[in-house]
Amino acid sequence: MAEVAETQLPGVGVRYDFVTTDGDRIGVLVHRTGRRELLLYDDDDPDACGSVVRLDADDTHTLAELLGATQVSERLAELQQDIEGLTIDWLPVAATSACSGATLREAALRSSTGVSIVAVVRGTETIPAPGGDFQLLPGDTAVAVGTPEGIKELFGLLQSGARTGP
Amino acid sequence: MSLAVTPGDVAPVLVELGFVVLVLAGLARLADRTGFSPIPFYLVAGLVVGGGGVIGLDLGDDAVAVGSEVGVVLLLLTLGLEYTAEELRSNLRVGLPAGLVDLVANAVPGAVVALVLGWSATAAVLLGGVTYISSSGVISKVLADLDRLGNRETPSVLSILVMEDLAMAVYLPVLAVLLAGGSLVAGLVSVAVALAAVTVILFVALRHGATISRALLSRSDEALLLGVLGLTLVVAGVAAQLQVSAAVGAFLVGIALGGPAQERASLLVRPLRDLFAAAFFFFFGLQIRPSDLVPALGAALALAVLTALTKVATGWWAAGRIGIARPGRLRAGTALVARGEFSIVIAGLGVAAGIEAELGPVAAAYVLLLAVTGPLVTRWSDHLAAALPGAPRRPRTPGKT
Repeated sequence: MAEVAETQLPGVGVRYDFVTTDGDRIGVLVHRTGRRELLLYDDDDPDACGSVVRLDADDTHTLAELLGATQVSERLAELQQDIEGLTIDWLPVAATSACSGATLREAALRSSTGVSIVAVVRGTETIPAPGGDFQLLPGDTAVAVGTPEGIKELFGLLQSGARTGP
Repeated sequence: MSLAVTPGDVAPVLVELGFVVLVLAGLARLADRTGFSPIPFYLVAGLVVGGGGVIGLDLGDDAVAVGSEVGVVLLLLTLGLEYTAEELRSNLRVGLPAGLVDLVANAVPGAVVALVLGWSATAAVLLGGVTYISSSGVISKVLADLDRLGNRETPSVLSILVMEDLAMAVYLPVLAVLLAGGSLVAGLVSVAVALAAVTVILFVALRHGATISRALLSRSDEALLLGVLGLTLVVAGVAAQLQVSAAVGAFLVGIALGGPAQERASLLVRPLRDLFAAAFFFFFGLQIRPSDLVPALGAALALAVLTALTKVATGWWAAGRIGIARPGRLRAGTALVARGEFSIVIAGLGVAAGIEAELGPVAAAYVLLLAVTGPLVTRWSDHLAAALPGAPRRPRTPGKT
């Protein structure tokens, strides 16, 4: 990433600018009021702005989205490849389940289904990465990552406690 | 006129005041259309309407005078609100050399011309102040209108404006003591007292500004506006009592406020400032006989040309220090030429104290000249740069400015 210079403008706001790979200088002037100006410096006179585009909050969002859009979809594609073949699901823990009241270690769900419980939602609270001593309670929702078959199996376990698989 | 106005008296005062405000409204509209600062328009209106003017309206009541006092206080309050304490502090470190060059290059010519004209030393200090201080109001508007706020030479311009505003915090109290007169020793003691008072207020402002801001902050715009206004008037009044000058008191209140209170207050105070500042410029014009303006014109013109050149040199030098090329250096220099509200504030203090009969007319003519030509010169500065001997490039094509 190019080095961005930050300049305080007393009474006005802050100016950020950098030189693009192509050698053009562009910048953004953030007024204290939150209004922004997009600055495109002049080729002939590099100290002056050849053109200035005024952006209100909405325009700024639109422009940022347009400039960021391709990057975001590229990143999303990467992310999907990483978890190809895996499913994430939210599974309720029923009171009838044999697992309800048991710790994760006792339930040994990962060794039996190959699915990891990455978080548990309890009421308004979310417990990330619960440990082996974590006790599942009826009404919890387990956030599980695994193969579609494994998830299906885990769903059965958390409902009845009866194994559907081998 | 006393405050206890009988109902019979109020009608003509209201009508008269209403007409004055309507005229000012028309002028503000004209100024907006033409892209000029309204200050010279208000001054001319005062000149035309005032005693000895074309119309000779007798506004010899205190209403406009009190309004103009409030105008000065609000002008300085909004100036203080422009900057946060942190901006002032960091700018003081970086901008000091340019600030000193600006002070010497622009105050000295004014003072020297005053002495050449045979004025007193106090009048020379006053005229030095008039020629020293650029109009931050006119200049920031011009920079925004010409899309120059993002330019790389602009920080050097803004830095000089900040230094000038800080200099006012020292200059105005010293001036207040000078205007009060007295012996040299008593004067020095008063100056010391005044500067100590400023230092104490500034210290309180920087240390406890956040507390004051929080105390004043309210969900209600009304409560915030009245709170800020009340505090400002009280501090300004107390400062005037201590001979620190009301204006400096108001300026320091503006600096003390910070955070959301500062931002909202500066928006809320602006319309009030516009009203009372208009009253102030108008009142200053009222006090000057147009017939006195003619003999003052020669001195004002000479002073305007001289100090326009010194401001250009100041900006040229300051922009050069941060590595700006010739066209940008000229833009910075010409941007600083405009004088306006604070030159009139300083001259107004002298006129009120009855220091030098010619000061008012000379300052009025001087500001009229530079408030109008300053923005014009900087608008054409890129063409000037191309015309300068040794200009490396062709002039920029029109429409691409």
